[in-house]
Amino acid sequence: NRAVFFAGPGGGSSDVQWYFSQVKGAMDDDVAEADIISTVEFNHSGELLATGDKGGRVVIFQQEPESKNQAQCRGEYNVYSTFQSHEPEFDYLKSLEIEEKINKIRWLPQKNAAQFLLSTNDKTIKLWKISERDKRAEGYNLKEEDGRYRDPNSVTTLRVPVLRPMDLMVEASPRRVFANAHTYHINSISVNSDHETYLSADDLRINLWHLEITDRSFNIVDIKPANMEELTEVITAAEFHPNQCNTFVYSSSKGTIRLCDMRASALCDRHTKLFEEPEDPNNRSFFSEIISSISDVKFSHSGRYMMTRDYLSVKVWDLNMETRPVETYQVHEYLRSKLCSLYENDCIFDKFECCWNGNDSVVMTGSYNNFFRMFDRGYRQDMTFEASRENSKPQSVLKPRKVSTGGKRKKDEISVDSLDFNKKILHTAWHPLDNIIAVATINNLYIFENKMN
Amino acid sequence: MFTKGTKRKFSDPGEEPASSGDPGPAAPSAAARTLSSSYSLQRQSLLDMSLIKLQLCHMLVEPNLCRSVLIANTVRQIQEEMTQDGTWHIMTQALAAAQCPADRLVATEVLCRQTDAAAQAGQSPKPFSVVGLQEGYHSEEVVMEGDVETEVTMSSLSPLSPQLSSASYLTGPFEVGPCWEEEDEEEDHSESSEPSLMSEHSRHPALEELFSDVDPSYYDLDTVLTGTPKMGPYDLLESLSSHGPTALSSSSSCRSDLNELDHIMEIIVGS
Repeated sequence: NRAVFFAGPGGGSSDVQWYFSQVKGAMDDDVAEADIISTVEFNHSGELLATGDKGGRVVIFQQEPESKNQAQCRGEYNVYSTFQSHEPEFDYLKSLEIEEKINKIRWLPQKNAAQFLLSTNDKTIKLWKISERDKRAEGYNLKEEDGRYRDPNSVTTLRVPVLRPMDLMVEASPRRVFANAHTYHINSISVNSDHETYLSADDLRINLWHLEITDRSFNIVDIKPANMEELTEVITAAEFHPNQCNTFVYSSSKGTIRLCDMRASALCDRHTKLFEEPEDPNNRSFFSEIISSISDVKFSHSGRYMMTRDYLSVKVWDLNMETRPVETYQVHEYLRSKLCSLYENDCIFDKFECCWNGNDSVVMTGSYNNFFRMFDRGYRQDMTFEASRENSKPQSVLKPRKVSTGGKRKKDEISVDSLDFNKKILHTAWHPLDNIIAVATINNLYIFENKMN
Repeated sequence: MFTKGTKRKFSDPGEEPASSGDPGPAAPSAAARTLSSSYSLQRQSLLDMSLIKLQLCHMLVEPNLCRSVLIANTVRQIQEEMTQDGTWHIMTQALAAAQCPADRLVATEVLCRQTDAAAQAGQSPKPFSVVGLQEGYHSEEVVMEGDVETEVTMSSLSPLSPQLSSASYLTGPFEVGPCWEEEDEEEDHSESSEPSLMSEHSRHPALEELFSDVDPSYYDLDTVLTGTPKMGPYDLLESLSSHGPTALSSSSSCRSDLNELDHIMEIIVGS
């Protein structure tokens, strides 16, 4: 039985602190490109934590049961299974390589002893079954223990094979491959609340799949113009509503979110709702559109709200109000005066993700210099923390960080010009039932937890 | 600050005392638009930077469509604004009159459909548009500078040599090329636009200046950040300055890296 540390918000109360728990991955400076983490996702119970990387591998960590010796001490996450999900492929028609990088992982709700997850690269989605084996049968009549077949003439007696315990083996096997349905790069997958269907979205289209059927999918959104010269907007993210199996949303590079109802028509090209905040004329520049492009959209667990991430901010929308968000949080407003440089070095195109905590009271997202930010919606507080090796002593408290924007830099503050833009936290995840967070730097996975004092 | 060894052509507007930290060449209000030379220069630099970004697409992996669309929209915005205040016309006129070194190749255009170059010349600038290319094209059309009518068709490029076809990906500044590649052959193909403006690309004074004295690490910017080697615009022009198919096939700057070829062969063979 797990104690649920949900009473406290993400840090609003002064009693609550965040602590370093674990860090996964190589700690040397030389980062192999294949090790770059590209997605992080807890399963529905939070017991399993999956990461995908640029090399096409999936690593699943499992939380150890709470130790009885130390009360209120959560179990550690240790490697449970590692497998190669996708391999690089070559598109002969276009003479282009298809990357094996895992763009997204989504867990299916657990139905039996095995675990299932969907993993996708740019073109192909795969359903993986992860199952445990801790017994094996011994004493076959027709087979030797090593598997060779016995000469039937040598069998003189019959016996019933018995199951004997063995060392735990975790096997991952691909159960379905959903291929050849996407011309453009897949950016999102989302499992429906009916647990039977899921959607996959690329730059211009969204497809609906049935988990059992791999040779067919339904196209439910298509924004490709007849004349590609007229293309000015792409789909950036999509997600099913957590409770209503007919509802999904998709975001665009122009900062709009469209909510669609699949009952309305087969092709949901006409949205049911359009969420868009009017532009602030004071902030208008040539970069306005780029920074308004939404990199991630996530429904709250309740299904009442959704959150979007654009380059500089996180916005919380009430699904009942399309005209503007109900809350806006500035992630790193100090970058607004640096947009030209960030455009030059391409950082302005970085796609940051965002996530909710289990009771939707806190939202979290990443930034540069290995900083990540939490916004407590109830207490109206925001915190900045850093995922760094210096703070990697077991149970060390995370010190709040601050970026100095004015002329005078206080002690412990870091100036904007000193920020390392190569160290970006794009992927973060929050345990669905507990205050444990997983934060991915380029090639390391940090696990933090919080406690009441 | 952001990258090491990068030489910027202009200082970050945010650091200028005059502008109060606005992000780049923010559009001043139409009424008070005096079009300072500083703003004009910054806007031009932004345009040049955007065009270079569009050309430096990934050769091996399909380029990021979202990024390409956003950059293209930025170019469109600049073009619209410059058209409104008349500087676009001035720029195109200046480019037409400028002198160029004879050995410098102007541009290449992928031969995907017949283009009416003569009809395009002399027209008012079309809005920046994105051209879809046929997949599986095999030849390119080289527009020689000073002789628009002459078209030299290059020999077929093998589809299994992406480093060669990458050279053909260089199109005019206002054509996005492979970033918007058409994938369905049965779909209608749009007209390519503005081949005449491509010739102005390399003659553009600011752009020439950009190429001539730019720190080599400038076009290694992407290499520095992402570790992905890209062709610099200067390399592209150099590689195309000699004529004939052999020049292309032996072009060292066009992904002739044997390691890349080995990598591709490995994937094909499945090892």
